[in-house]
Amino acid sequence: MVTDSTTSKSGVAQSSGQFSTFFVADLFFGVDVLRVQEVLRFQHMTRVPQAPEVIEGLINLRGQIVTAIDMRRRLRLPARAGDHTPMNMVVRTEDGAVSLLVDEIGDVLDVDASTYERPPENLDPAARELIRGVYKLKDRLLLVLDAERTVDLTAGRAA
Amino acid sequence: MQDEDVIREFLVESHESLSRLDQELVELEKHPKDAELLASIFRTIHTIKGTCGFLAFSTLERITHQAEGLLSQLRDGRRELSPSLVSLILDTVDATRKVLASIEACGEEGPDGFEDLTDRLRAAARSTSGVQDQPDPALTPVSTAEHLEGNGVPEHAEDKQREGEAAKSSAVADANIRVGVGLLDKLMDLVGELVLTRNQILQFNTEREDAALNVTSQRLNLITTELQEGVMKTRMQPIGMVWNKLPRVVRDMAVSLGKQIRLEMDGTETELDRTIIEAIKDPLVHLVRNSCDHGVEPPEARVRAGKAPQGRLTLRAYHEGGQVNIEIGDDGAGIDVARVKQKAVEKGLLRPEQAEKLTDREALNLVFQPGFSTAKTVTNVSGRGVGLDVVKSNIEKIGGVVDVFSRPGEGTTVKLKIPLTLAIIPGLVISSGGERFVIPQVSLLELIRLEGDSGEKHIELVHGTPVYRRRGSLLPIAYLNQVLGLASAERAEAVNMVVLQAEDRQFGLVVDGINDTQEIVVKPLGKQMKGLSVYAGATIMGDGRVALILDVLGIGQSSGVLAESREQARAGSEQKTQSGIEQQRLLLFRAGSFERLAVPLSLVARLEEFPQSSIERAGGSQVVQYRNRILPLIPLRGVLEPGVSDHDQTADPAQVIVFNDGDRSVGLVVDQILDVAEETVTVRQKTARQGLLGSAVVGKHVADFLDLNYVIKVAASDWFQSTAGPANGKRVLVAEASAFSRGLIRSGLDMAGYHVLEAANLDEAIRSLEQHPVDIVVTALDLPPSGSSALLAAMRRRTEWHEIPILALANSAEQARAQAGQTAGFQDCQAKFDEEALLESVARLASTLAPCEAVPACA
Repeated sequence: MVTDSTTSKSGVAQSSGQFSTFFVADLFFGVDVLRVQEVLRFQHMTRVPQAPEVIEGLINLRGQIVTAIDMRRRLRLPARAGDHTPMNMVVRTEDGAVSLLVDEIGDVLDVDASTYERPPENLDPAARELIRGVYKLKDRLLLVLDAERTVDLTAGRAA
Repeated sequence: MQDEDVIREFLVESHESLSRLDQELVELEKHPKDAELLASIFRTIHTIKGTCGFLAFSTLERITHQAEGLLSQLRDGRRELSPSLVSLILDTVDATRKVLASIEACGEEGPDGFEDLTDRLRAAARSTSGVQDQPDPALTPVSTAEHLEGNGVPEHAEDKQREGEAAKSSAVADANIRVGVGLLDKLMDLVGELVLTRNQILQFNTEREDAALNVTSQRLNLITTELQEGVMKTRMQPIGMVWNKLPRVVRDMAVSLGKQIRLEMDGTETELDRTIIEAIKDPLVHLVRNSCDHGVEPPEARVRAGKAPQGRLTLRAYHEGGQVNIEIGDDGAGIDVARVKQKAVEKGLLRPEQAEKLTDREALNLVFQPGFSTAKTVTNVSGRGVGLDVVKSNIEKIGGVVDVFSRPGEGTTVKLKIPLTLAIIPGLVISSGGERFVIPQVSLLELIRLEGDSGEKHIELVHGTPVYRRRGSLLPIAYLNQVLGLASAERAEAVNMVVLQAEDRQFGLVVDGINDTQEIVVKPLGKQMKGLSVYAGATIMGDGRVALILDVLGIGQSSGVLAESREQARAGSEQKTQSGIEQQRLLLFRAGSFERLAVPLSLVARLEEFPQSSIERAGGSQVVQYRNRILPLIPLRGVLEPGVSDHDQTADPAQVIVFNDGDRSVGLVVDQILDVAEETVTVRQKTARQGLLGSAVVGKHVADFLDLNYVIKVAASDWFQSTAGPANGKRVLVAEASAFSRGLIRSGLDMAGYHVLEAANLDEAIRSLEQHPVDIVVTALDLPPSGSSALLAAMRRRTEWHEIPILALANSAEQARAQAGQTAGFQDCQAKFDEEALLESVARLASTLAPCEAVPACA
């Protein structure tokens, strides 16, 4: 579908080649491992009334106040089951640390740059906005999350 | 006193610079091509020179000036570095040190003028081709030595003396350590963390009954508080630091402008956070310059005005309610409001009719608009490309407020309100909808608890707007749960209300619970929540959870209690005319439980008093003989509150507002006539209550607008129906966006006997036209969505509507005149609130219609 030349060109965008992976619904995501500050169990969260609905709340991360963004709502996916508490994946962004609420945390993976491809054109716009590309792993597809765009709520709305 | 401070600082700074220079010069000898190093040396010398000039140390200035010249040649590559040159500069450094020592010891530069050194520096600078010159400067060190020997100090001894001086000078330097601001900020952050941890420990302590823990936590509490105060103090500086240079500024300004100005300063010791001092430095200088330039008059003018020839400029700083107020006042001519308006119009900032509507206060604040300068000529003194708008935006950047007060002939005062935006602030913890929030103590005025069943009753409704009677005046109320969209708590036994101040207004905020006060550390919210004006930040509470800090102004505005904040009122009069703010004269009166009712004065014929004995009852209604006629009276209380019996409380004599229609009159009996107010009216909301059009703020209080049409219909229907003028029975379509304005126009037309149809926009107007025969169309020029011309065009397209006359309504008389001049296709154009002219115009249009077109059925 996509030629080799585009693959290698886009592949440059990745820096470490290692991804911290996580699940949101049935999607398998990866964030550059260097971006991930830490992974936490579900924390108590302070609601922010009137805030955009993707903002689940604020958590206290050792004295630092971190905004938690619900990835399901960010990707316009159905809400997770009530008994399932999400995990916090705290990523560093230009605006400081932001916690992404994900369903489950996966392994750290080394990926082969040659398996990289741009996201398919027919992806849901909400997801397409946030997915930089896809690594074709043996048994599944690893979606590369654009962390900056994910935390920039104005960008998502423009899509 | 202030000079000493400045000199002290200069000494500390210069000693450091000189030590650095020693090192750098030696380094430069090793790497003569190091441009960066050279630049740094140049800068250091330049700084010292500059400060010397400022403090009037002429010897030092001369020496450093020469050295600077030499260095600039080096820097520009016009000369190459030679050891002799370095020695020469080092000599300069030594000489500088000597002078500094002398200044420190006796406050003066000392007798030695160092002419020899300056001569050598000058000579070296003059011989431009540096390389060939080598023998020349090579000679000079000898002459230095000679010179020094001449002073009886051998060069060898000079070194020792230098050490001695260094030891002495350190007396100043040692008492102060210069610490990087970055480190202080870091310390501040850490103290913030410590405060939070302390709060947590204190919370544990209350939960556990442990004597040892109790004692320890008490000590921790004390130490943390002291540490916090200490660290905060490291960042505090007296405002005098900035003011110190102002006497000089004022003096120089006065001399160059030929004025006499005395500067008075009050509150020099008032302390402010370092960052704030930095931020207000330039605005302050600018304001002072501005006062000297535009405020204080020349001596002759002052004498003519009966004032002392010497003008006075006062600077005042004081703490007030957690804020620092700084006032810059002069006793000059004051600001000429008319000129300001005129200028604003000339500069195209305002249209003439907008300028006319401005209050004096609003007009004064125009001087803070970008591109505004009232000075007739741009002097080089204050006209430095920085306008007062920059002052304003700089102050607002740090959360401050600028206000200007002026009395013609008496002077102008600019008041800056600067918050102590420190990282740690006291706050009140409250709860609402199951969440905790913090309200900054600065905005808090008082707490009110309304107990028991009566709690809710104390909060009254003015057309759905809750208010509370607080010591005689009405306090608008907002409910935090509603503002934030939180679930309302179960009916509590008491109402908890915090009274808050935002800018210069107050309002009550009802919350579920009031917890306690705490020192909190303000942390910013992430950019995802930047758009939320209701929060000022977040903080971490004693239990480690996050709580949001409320932004009082934001809460006030988003709840509507501060709907027309001063800021909005001031900004863009352009929008003003479009957003339902209208200037008109209103008659205010009281009737029954309605404390403030209003009708447009234009509708009122006259005010009368009738003794109760003269009032006759005829056929169930009240009448009075008035000017040989029978005037029907409408007791307003009876209409608005039909259930309440009014006979026993009626005032004697009865207060009556008489309304005329042609040769018929009707009198409205009210309890008391209050006032006539000329007001810019902002219509708050339309009410569902019959008999009232809506409410608006008139003279700081809410007033209800009476629906005359309804009142007269209900109470004097016979009077109303029997009215039959030549223009009656015509259908008039009123197309106007504002329901309130529509109501007012309607009531006038109704009273005149027209049958009125209403439309809020183009679509509704077209629909109305399609459904009913219409004789006259009255449309606002700004009819949504795209103005009245769209309606005009639509009507002119349809033959059956072709003949219908159209009257345009402008927002103001000026606009009306402007429009009337144009043949825009309208038959006439009138101001929206000139009731009389409007009715006249409609009548005129109605009379031009063929009588057969009148539709009698609609009466």
